[in-house]
Amino acid sequence: MISRFAMWWPLSAAVPSDPNPVIKHLALSLSFCLAVTLASGAHPVSAAITLSEDCPPGFELAAGHCELRSLYQMYPSLEDAGVGGLKTGLPAYRDGFSPQQTDLGRYLFFDPVLSADGTVSCATCHDPDRGFSDSRGRSVGISGAPVRRSAPGLWNVAFQQRFFWDARAGSLEEQVQGPLYDEHEMGNTPEQLLRTLNGIPAYRELFAQAWPGDFRSPESQIRLDHIYTAITAFQVSLVSLNSRYDQYAHGYADALTGPEKQGLNIFRSFVARCAECHTPPLFTNQQIAVIGSPEPDGLPFDSGAQQPMNDPSQRGGFKVPSLRNIALTAPYMHSGRFATLREAAAFYTGGRGHAVPEGEELKIHWHIWEPQLTDDELDRLVDFLRTLTDESFKPREPAELPSGLPLVHNNSAPSGITLTGEENNE
Amino acid sequence: MNKIIGLIGAAVLLAGGYYLGQANQPEPTIIKVPSEPRAAFSSSGSEEVASAATAPTRSLHTPTSGELIVVKDGESIQEAVNAASPGAVIKVMPGVYKETVYIDKDNITLSGVIEQGNYPVLEGEGVRNDAVLYSGNGVTIENLYITHYKGNGIMGQAGNNYIIRNNWIVDTGVYGIFPQLGKNGIVSHNVVSGIEDAAIYVGMSDNVDVVYNQVYESVAGIEIENSRHALVEGNMVYDNTGGILAFITPGLPIKTCGDVIFRNNFVVDNNHENFAIPGSLVSNIPSGTGLLIMACDDVVVENNIITGNKSAGMIFTDFSLASNAANDPESDPNPNRPRILNNIMRDNGDSPEPVVRAFLATQLELRGPDIVDTVGMDDGCILNPERYRTLGLEKYGECEFDSTANVASYTLPEPVPPRSMEDLDKGKLVYYGVCAGCHAYNSRMIGPPTQIIQALYMDNPQGIADYAANPVKKRQDYPQMPPQAHLDEETRLAAARFMLDLTK
Repeated sequence: MISRFAMWWPLSAAVPSDPNPVIKHLALSLSFCLAVTLASGAHPVSAAITLSEDCPPGFELAAGHCELRSLYQMYPSLEDAGVGGLKTGLPAYRDGFSPQQTDLGRYLFFDPVLSADGTVSCATCHDPDRGFSDSRGRSVGISGAPVRRSAPGLWNVAFQQRFFWDARAGSLEEQVQGPLYDEHEMGNTPEQLLRTLNGIPAYRELFAQAWPGDFRSPESQIRLDHIYTAITAFQVSLVSLNSRYDQYAHGYADALTGPEKQGLNIFRSFVARCAECHTPPLFTNQQIAVIGSPEPDGLPFDSGAQQPMNDPSQRGGFKVPSLRNIALTAPYMHSGRFATLREAAAFYTGGRGHAVPEGEELKIHWHIWEPQLTDDELDRLVDFLRTLTDESFKPREPAELPSGLPLVHNNSAPSGITLTGEENNE
Repeated sequence: MNKIIGLIGAAVLLAGGYYLGQANQPEPTIIKVPSEPRAAFSSSGSEEVASAATAPTRSLHTPTSGELIVVKDGESIQEAVNAASPGAVIKVMPGVYKETVYIDKDNITLSGVIEQGNYPVLEGEGVRNDAVLYSGNGVTIENLYITHYKGNGIMGQAGNNYIIRNNWIVDTGVYGIFPQLGKNGIVSHNVVSGIEDAAIYVGMSDNVDVVYNQVYESVAGIEIENSRHALVEGNMVYDNTGGILAFITPGLPIKTCGDVIFRNNFVVDNNHENFAIPGSLVSNIPSGTGLLIMACDDVVVENNIITGNKSAGMIFTDFSLASNAANDPESDPNPNRPRILNNIMRDNGDSPEPVVRAFLATQLELRGPDIVDTVGMDDGCILNPERYRTLGLEKYGECEFDSTANVASYTLPEPVPPRSMEDLDKGKLVYYGVCAGCHAYNSRMIGPPTQIIQALYMDNPQGIADYAANPVKKRQDYPQMPPQAHLDEETRLAAARFMLDLTK
């Protein structure tokens, strides 16, 4: 078997005669990466990849498709809305992809070859070790400058109906095109992306494994919908429903400590009212809410859902995020204004509209009021929020990528510190 | 001769007068009444509850096991709940209990014991959040006196088949009684007052009867919000800002409201000053509102006595009343198909609030009406509209039915079952939903492959179930398994059986 690195490498050797500027660009950055890789002693050559025939954890293989399985499927849900209390069924969800499509999506997700210059992968901003977010207030993509908003964690996106903070996308397939083609995020174009992937024999082989019916002839091409579907398939496998909270919900009273149960009761009380929007079992009601949370110092007011919905009453409105695995994704809010869960929780007791800039008239959500939570209550809320952590189905990173490029997401700086070493909690 | 003429003239005059007199006397009005009876009331809810007409009305009850726990003054109700098994009855003796009670298990009866008029008192002292929270199914909460909590008196989060009755709730925060996101419940014979939002608030629920309650001195008496199949009957609703409400609140995840019957209620003198929290939806309610239907569909108003509400007796409106909330394009703002049957209405609208007066001014009116439809719906109906002072009902037709008597209750004849397990094997759900995080069929993950476990345990699922509850370090090359005692024995056994039968 020819190693996929060997299959890939001659492409760059052909650069001078190749009119494709993408390949050329990639080849140059690859050469650079190769130099780094070799210098660090890693061996980039290995056998061809066979996509997994097994469904990811949490899914049963049924007639070639992976179907979600969860204890929550035992429970009813009023009007099938997937909002309720402890033993409430799940909202509508995506599943049904093949094991191969899911596994291919995993390679694509981690592969910086999807970006214009081979430096940014999905995992750059959605790092599995950071709750599939990036520990930054605002993410940094290909342009090196912070983008407008923070990267949401990806756990349980299978259950979400709308995507982006301003809810402008209605499907994961639509959503994925946002960062791929945003000039500040991955900077690619559909044409360049197709040329790149079709130019990598290893990827053509993998897409053929995932869609055998579409790759019957040597001329068969990878299509954009293949790419979007594979990444979607991977993302819906990121299921987190086995936290200690879930053990409590399924009936094991000792799963939570006394202070955590106090926190749960504050969370669902009608004083704090957290559960009215962050409603179990997903800890979001999937609505847009205008809560009047502030931007980091110096940033202009973000109009949020007003623009995509073309509705001034949604000014400053953002999608209610799920709180599952929320302890992993500091800092908080759409642009990372709050460094800790404690600060984020305290926002809600600061008074209705207390952080709204002068001159802004917002239709602040009626559940934002003045609950006057005590310091102790805020601590208990944080205790409870930490029980929503579960990474038991965390996927494995690929050891090697079909493009031959190295993984890039671990290059990013740890929380609050930029690559240049200065502190930045944006 | 002249005399004769005079006599004749007098006779003629008399006759004429007699004739005229006869002509002016009212004759009995005889109207042909159609002999066909009116159509029967029908709704999706009426069909649902009609399926088992033999069951007595509101026969819902919490199943009991014979387990009885008595809580005495000075003891903790929560400790009793913690110790209770499903089916337990917890009797709370008179006394003062300063705690928040949460019930996260099924089929619990929390029942106060009333002695010589003395109730068990749940005392919030102005510092505790809610008195009773439940998320279990089949809960009964009765005979409690609840006061001085900051949040809610009794709050449900998704419990089905609930009964909340005979409670006395005074000066207790935002909602007195608030079942939410549940199906099939009864809220009856509660006395609730001094609530800064709704005394009884049914939110995002299906199939509920709110009957025979007394609610007063609150911002809203009874509110049915984003709910379906609700019967509000026989309640005494007075001295609130607004009496009885049926709302769609925009921006909630369940976006419809409909099939609501307001029947045989006393909605009297709801002229309390609005003391709602700023920003809340009920802060928009004009003082002096009897019934308020905002965006809720198929509301039937029948045989209520609605008197002395100084702004208006009955208002049908759209989201324009909720101007302080963001829009929701997924919710229909109109109160579709209003049905106004016979009601007793008088002395409404004597002194309208400014917001109502402003609307009246556009209609060149000063006094508030008995009934107003601010949208001017064209699919509404009303019986005997001439009895009332109305606005905006020009396009209403005559109702085809005159009674909802065929709906004795919107509660279900049988309790809501847990989700059908027809094609869902609990063992399978646990294996894929929990175990699969560490075990795959034939490949190594965090734990050993299922095939190896099969070889070890063969016909011994109990062995797996027991080991999983209390694992020990067995293999040098694998981490020790975390204990799975959070799954009960039956569940672990089901998963073990499924694991042993797996072939791929």
